[in-house]
Amino acid sequence: MKTLGYFPGCSLEGGGIELDLSVRAIAKAAGVELREIEDWNCCGASAAHSLNHSLAVALPYRVLSLAESQGLSEVLAPCAACFSRLKGTQVRLTRSPELSQRMQEVVQRPYQGGVRIININEFMASLLEAGLAQKLTRRLGLKVVAYYGCLLSRGQDIVTGDDAEDPKGMEAAIRAAGCEALPWNSANECCGGGFSMSKTGAVLDLSQAVLDEARAAGADAVVTGCPMCHSNLDMRQLELVKRRRVPGALPILYLSELLGLAAGLEPVALGLDRHFIESRGLVRGGV
Amino acid sequence: MSGTKEHALAKAARETAGVVLSECYQCGKCTAGCPMARYMDLSPNQIMRLAQAGDDAALERLLGCEALWYCAGCLTCAQRCPRQLDPAAVMDLLREMAHRRGKIPAAARKVLAFHKAFLATVEHGGRMAEIPLVLRYKMKSLDFLGDAALGPVMLAKRKLPLLPHCIRGRGEVRRIFKKCREEHRP
Repeated sequence: MKTLGYFPGCSLEGGGIELDLSVRAIAKAAGVELREIEDWNCCGASAAHSLNHSLAVALPYRVLSLAESQGLSEVLAPCAACFSRLKGTQVRLTRSPELSQRMQEVVQRPYQGGVRIININEFMASLLEAGLAQKLTRRLGLKVVAYYGCLLSRGQDIVTGDDAEDPKGMEAAIRAAGCEALPWNSANECCGGGFSMSKTGAVLDLSQAVLDEARAAGADAVVTGCPMCHSNLDMRQLELVKRRRVPGALPILYLSELLGLAAGLEPVALGLDRHFIESRGLVRGGV
Repeated sequence: MSGTKEHALAKAARETAGVVLSECYQCGKCTAGCPMARYMDLSPNQIMRLAQAGDDAALERLLGCEALWYCAGCLTCAQRCPRQLDPAAVMDLLREMAHRRGKIPAAARKVLAFHKAFLATVEHGGRMAEIPLVLRYKMKSLDFLGDAALGPVMLAKRKLPLLPHCIRGRGEVRRIFKKCREEHRP
């Protein structure tokens, strides 16, 4: 059985728990063991990055150092923001020996630089290559739009092997699940990210624009890999529906949930019952 | 840059953000692609222009503007800049300077309150914890009514752990916070 390091990140212990449940479930179905980094800490997210650039590197540095000391050479960070912070730090440390030296002094831990961080799209692609495709026996037959948002499309040297202006990294997995990835205009637009509470009006505007585009494309659901995007499009959609700013509810699925459904897993085991916008009706005939 | 003296902000931008301010030729692509520009009092390209000037009057406007606090970190400006500059990194630098100075525009205080509440939970237990984060945010921002109805729904959907998880290395994390704060003292 293949073993992969796992960094769930704080969101996946809370509001983004469906991403954790569905990633673990699909890994199990594919025969991959996820080994959680012991005693991991928060990556600092937007908050550290907004107020203190040293902290924004030091927090991910501790995580990278822990992973290395625990023998994990490849680590999956399913949360798009954690992925961007961890890999961004990894890239900067590789480029700057001075920064590595300074971080070693701040964090008081060694790091040689040998950990590879992968995102949810890369993880799903690797599972499919390793034979998951044959286990996806439930053809879902949905028309969906692949929503990359910011941190699964942009970041030079962070999101590699994809086109920042026309990302495609989710499409093979969507097709493998028996779904169609529709062309649309908002694949890499921002949902408002971490401003959900502190500038809610902006998040409502930006998320509404994404939902409007998804509906105009004819999508049955939006597929994402980011817990912030999910929260803004799912939880904040309640208010958009209530204020009649959108004509109806549109389900928002994690990519791992979509593949889990296609693998025949129970929607509740994947966390679909925890969404604000009902999405269990997407599986034909209900479940 | 030859022949002209580099001002303090230009030096800081080059050293900490890797941005040579004088290379910006004001094409405006950063602003055109910025999802938050419509909420900003200074657009990203205006921020770059004032940063190029870098005199006292420009700094005063830059450090007091709301726009610094409304960057969503979407990376679009850096992605599209034809000079491979990173306007958001310049805004990060200016935001840190504004924060140290302590005069935050009233409209942006909720954003700062959220960042601080977030980091307080991480400093305490090593990980962000949503319930303490929301409680701290509400105390700091005095925004008691916003989203009051969502908490119970999130609990009912089992999206929130009742007890925050404190890591074994939280002492280590607190030490990291302390060192990073000390580094940032002017």
